[in-house]
Amino acid sequence: MLEIKNLHANINGKEILKGLDLVVRPGEIHAIMGPNGAGKSTLASVLSGNQAFEVTKGDVTFYGKNLLEMLPEDRSREGIFLSFQYPVEIPGVSMVNFMRTALNEHRKYNKLEPMSATDFLRTMREKKELVEMDSNLANRSVNEGFSGGEKKKNEIFQMAMLDPRLAILDETDSGLDIDALRIVANGVNKLKRTDNATILITHYQRLLDYIVPDFVHVLYDGRIVKTGGKELALELEDKGYDWIKKEVDGE
Amino acid sequence: MEQQYIELYKQHHESIKEHSATVMNTLRDGSFTLFEKLGFPTSKLENYKYSDLKEPLSIDYGLNINRVTIPVNPYEVFKCDVPGIHSFLFFVVNDAFYPVNEPNNKSLPNGVIIGSLKEIATTHPELLKDYYGKLSTTKNDGLVAFNGAFAQDGFFMYVPKGVVLDQPVQLINIMRSDVDFMANSHNLIILEDGAHAQLLVCDHTMDEVRFLSNRVTEVFVGENASYEHYKLENTHIKTTNLSTLLIDQKTSSTVLTNVITLHNGVTRNSIEIDLDGEHCETRLCGMVIADKNQQVDNFTYIMHNKPNCNSNELFKYVLDDNSKAGFTGKILVAKDAQKTSAFQINKNILLKKTAKMSTKPQLEIYADDVKCSHGATIGQLDETAKFYMQSRGIPEAEAKLLLMYAFTSDVIENIRITALQDRIKILVEKRLRGDLSKCEGCIICQ
Amino acid sequence: MSEAILDQVTQGEYKYGFSSDIETDIIPIGLSEEVVRLISAKKNEPEWMLEFRLKAYRHWITMEMPTWAHLNIPEIDYQSIAYYAAPRKNAPKSLDEVDPELLKTFEKLGIPLHERMALSGIAVDAVMDSISVKTTFKESLNEMGIIFCSFSDAVEHHPDLVQKYMASVVPYTDNFYATLNSAVFSDGSFVYIPKGVRCPMELSTYFRINAMNTGQFERTLIIADDDSYVSYLEGCTAPMRDENQLHAAIVEIVALKNAQVKYSTVQNWYPGDKNGKGGIFNFVTKRGICKGENSKISWTQVETGSAITWKYPSCILLGDNSSAEFYSVAVTNHHQQADTGTKMQHIGKNTRSHILSKGISAGQGQNSYRGLVKVNKNAENSRNYSQCDSLLLGDKCGAHTFPYMEVNNDSSVVEHEATTSKINEDQIFYCNQRGISTEDAVGLIVNGYAKEVLNQLPMEFAVEAQKLLQITLEGSVG
Repeated sequence: MLEIKNLHANINGKEILKGLDLVVRPGEIHAIMGPNGAGKSTLASVLSGNQAFEVTKGDVTFYGKNLLEMLPEDRSREGIFLSFQYPVEIPGVSMVNFMRTALNEHRKYNKLEPMSATDFLRTMREKKELVEMDSNLANRSVNEGFSGGEKKKNEIFQMAMLDPRLAILDETDSGLDIDALRIVANGVNKLKRTDNATILITHYQRLLDYIVPDFVHVLYDGRIVKTGGKELALELEDKGYDWIKKEVDGE
Repeated sequence: MEQQYIELYKQHHESIKEHSATVMNTLRDGSFTLFEKLGFPTSKLENYKYSDLKEPLSIDYGLNINRVTIPVNPYEVFKCDVPGIHSFLFFVVNDAFYPVNEPNNKSLPNGVIIGSLKEIATTHPELLKDYYGKLSTTKNDGLVAFNGAFAQDGFFMYVPKGVVLDQPVQLINIMRSDVDFMANSHNLIILEDGAHAQLLVCDHTMDEVRFLSNRVTEVFVGENASYEHYKLENTHIKTTNLSTLLIDQKTSSTVLTNVITLHNGVTRNSIEIDLDGEHCETRLCGMVIADKNQQVDNFTYIMHNKPNCNSNELFKYVLDDNSKAGFTGKILVAKDAQKTSAFQINKNILLKKTAKMSTKPQLEIYADDVKCSHGATIGQLDETAKFYMQSRGIPEAEAKLLLMYAFTSDVIENIRITALQDRIKILVEKRLRGDLSKCEGCIICQ
Repeated sequence: MSEAILDQVTQGEYKYGFSSDIETDIIPIGLSEEVVRLISAKKNEPEWMLEFRLKAYRHWITMEMPTWAHLNIPEIDYQSIAYYAAPRKNAPKSLDEVDPELLKTFEKLGIPLHERMALSGIAVDAVMDSISVKTTFKESLNEMGIIFCSFSDAVEHHPDLVQKYMASVVPYTDNFYATLNSAVFSDGSFVYIPKGVRCPMELSTYFRINAMNTGQFERTLIIADDDSYVSYLEGCTAPMRDENQLHAAIVEIVALKNAQVKYSTVQNWYPGDKNGKGGIFNFVTKRGICKGENSKISWTQVETGSAITWKYPSCILLGDNSSAEFYSVAVTNHHQQADTGTKMQHIGKNTRSHILSKGISAGQGQNSYRGLVKVNKNAENSRNYSQCDSLLLGDKCGAHTFPYMEVNNDSSVVEHEATTSKINEDQIFYCNQRGISTEDAVGLIVNGYAKEVLNQLPMEFAVEAQKLLQITLEGSVG
């Protein structure tokens, strides 16, 4: 579904991604790991269309369509979901209002009628349970005054609502206590199907105890330098990144 | 009110010019014409809304147009120096630069010129001509115009490119006269690119007559230069201190201004800072402690004319008795001054029912990528904090004092001359305790 | 955010731009003592009213337009304005007699003039150009002793109340526009809530300027007697015209002991076109007095229209323990200018005031908040809290804040906070990532930003106001 070829990207003139390749097929879970500053979050930003990043070279296609030419909202409507590392607070905008607007935009894009208010509220109730969210969170403003754990649960809740084809979870595990981590992971696992895929961006192996990846990639200095199965994550946990850095820099 | 000065100028402009310098005289008639048009400012003008100058301006003051030497030994008068401060020390008596033989002043770095504006305007006109009046003549202000017409001398400081003054320069203004007296001095301060200087201006009065000082200070801060300006006022209740400080900042320059009014009569400080280059930093602080019938109005205006500049403003007032004070914090962000950040805080405490405070923050913003905020409060000391202290055995009066002292402390922290900071701490505490209900340092108050 | 999107978002055009084809009775343009007499005569006014008008007129000719506001007001020729225009068939006795065209206009506006609107529980007095057209629910309100009628009716039927309270809050000498209004005002609404009565429904006025080259000078007087309560709504629209039209109204509120008055405005006069041509000059004096102890006045305004707005709904807190609120959202887009805010004058002891102002500037709009909080010497233990925020959309607009705080005693606390910032791009991107277009995202974020104020509006108005905010800032509605 997703094909990334030789992707180069800059921020403020500094090159972060330096020729990244990746292929994701339906039903797969990919974990992208790597040391700080390797370009993990940049990849998430570029895929979701954050204009702070400039793509200088390379192609990205999503189900054959050129992703890089699409507006951020169209990428979302095509089925790409980004769980933000730092979810944004939007004061005064209720979660209900926000989510209904988003969901109906998706439906419009897919030539469906807007969802009725009762159906919408029912769906919201169902999905909320998935992430064990406090029921009145939905009436609060988007992420405003949410704790770190609530914000991340809210991201997974939104993911459940929008039912993406490709979910990119950017450091979703950071700052979570063990209970919240279990809930978030559980949510992701329940949403897993054969026709969708997930990219997990993480610094620690911890999350992978709960969500088992099909592939583990090591991102270093703007490129994927190593790919393996879930055992690679354990090796990284054990040995750190230094041996990979040596291997690459020694080339 | 204005008429007597208009007559005076018409009759005596020849002698005024004769006892001044050509550079200053070239702008004199223009300033006079502007003053004739504007007159003295009244509280009807938006910028003078909180300054009531009618009474002090109606006094029949004498002017020393013919520059008669005033018999005074500044060392005898000037006793409230800052212990432990190592400074280059200079005096201006009324509005005349007073030559003293300070041994330390000989160690000024090469190329630095400090002295009488009138004399240096005569000996080095090339140094001044691009600067004198450059800021003041753009102001449509009656007091500034009046100064332009009548000022004959003042303080001059020039710090050449890259020179760093490692000691502060201290300028002591002393008012001395046997009759009600008006002084119009003009100060000019030039820091070339990369220069660094600190100036401490102390205002004192002796003699129990009415004084009016109408001073204009122009400061030019070059690229990457840094300048600190401290004004410490400790004058008697019959003094009217009108001070206009105009600062022009070039790219990447840094300025700190801290204006402290400890004791005074009627004070009006106008401070206008033009951020005329990118990446400038400016910090503007002030404190007022006033009681009796004292009046203080601080008018500040920061012009963000270029992108990427930061300004920060902090003013605190403690008002007792029948004192009356005002604050204006005007901030302009010009059309293309993107990435501006401008913050302002003004907090005021009224200790008596008869004290009056008016505050007027103003933001005028014409760019969109800005972060600006201002906060102002007028109120009292925190009752819960006071009660908490009392519950720990601290008497109410002492608790109040501690809270007031704490209230002013962040302004004092913005003094980067340690000896001065220590001194101000002591003076503020004394002032708050009421041990300093007269001005310190002058003969009559002791 | 790209320029193109911003442009799109800020190019919304006026929705209420239609002019009705109604026969109108207009007196010749220009202002003189004769015209003042003519207006008074047309309305069959008693002598005392004419005297009041003439006093105001004679004072007005000695005055000049105020220039202190942060506004660029073009020269106004007061002699080229018609000071009176009334739909010709007036004073209908039932709906059947109302000009069908007029009814259609109100339907287009969505004004609940029909009896069926009883369901929504709103009583409406519609003022079109200069004449009050129809007051609904008059009878049912009458039973409770509530008087809700046109100002002219009040002059005729309740002269004692009018004489007692008219100009008691805004004297005829108050300011240039108020004095002009006092001389030439055409009609408006009058409300009296008797002692102990809680008005069971929202009272509402809808203003509309229809005729060419006419000014609209309405006058509203609300009196809430001891222990009473009323919520009052005011809506305004005007058709599109190339010339600027003048609107100079007066609203006076008197709240007696323990009375509460809530006054809400959604102002959507024609703002002029994209290039700043045409639009209404909205120069309005609104002031209330908390005359009795424990009284309360609350102003809420959503200002999206008019080419120029000059308006400061204010309160005089005279009664001890009285309180006042001011909630405002003001939007300026294209070439609109607004200088708006409030004055809170604390005179009584233990008085409270709260100010919340949200300014939004887009296009080349200039938006100023101007406020005065004054605490008099004897207003012991008074308290004010003000917050004013400005949001900037685009780099050609301006946002300005001019608060004045004057405290003259040592037991009161006045606090003011203000922030100015541009719309947050992270928020827009977050919305984008969830599939919401930038245009919709701006609408959502702006509505969220203004929410605290919108929450103060009665439900039906809040929905309308939310839509208006979106329309004012979006390109989606032509």
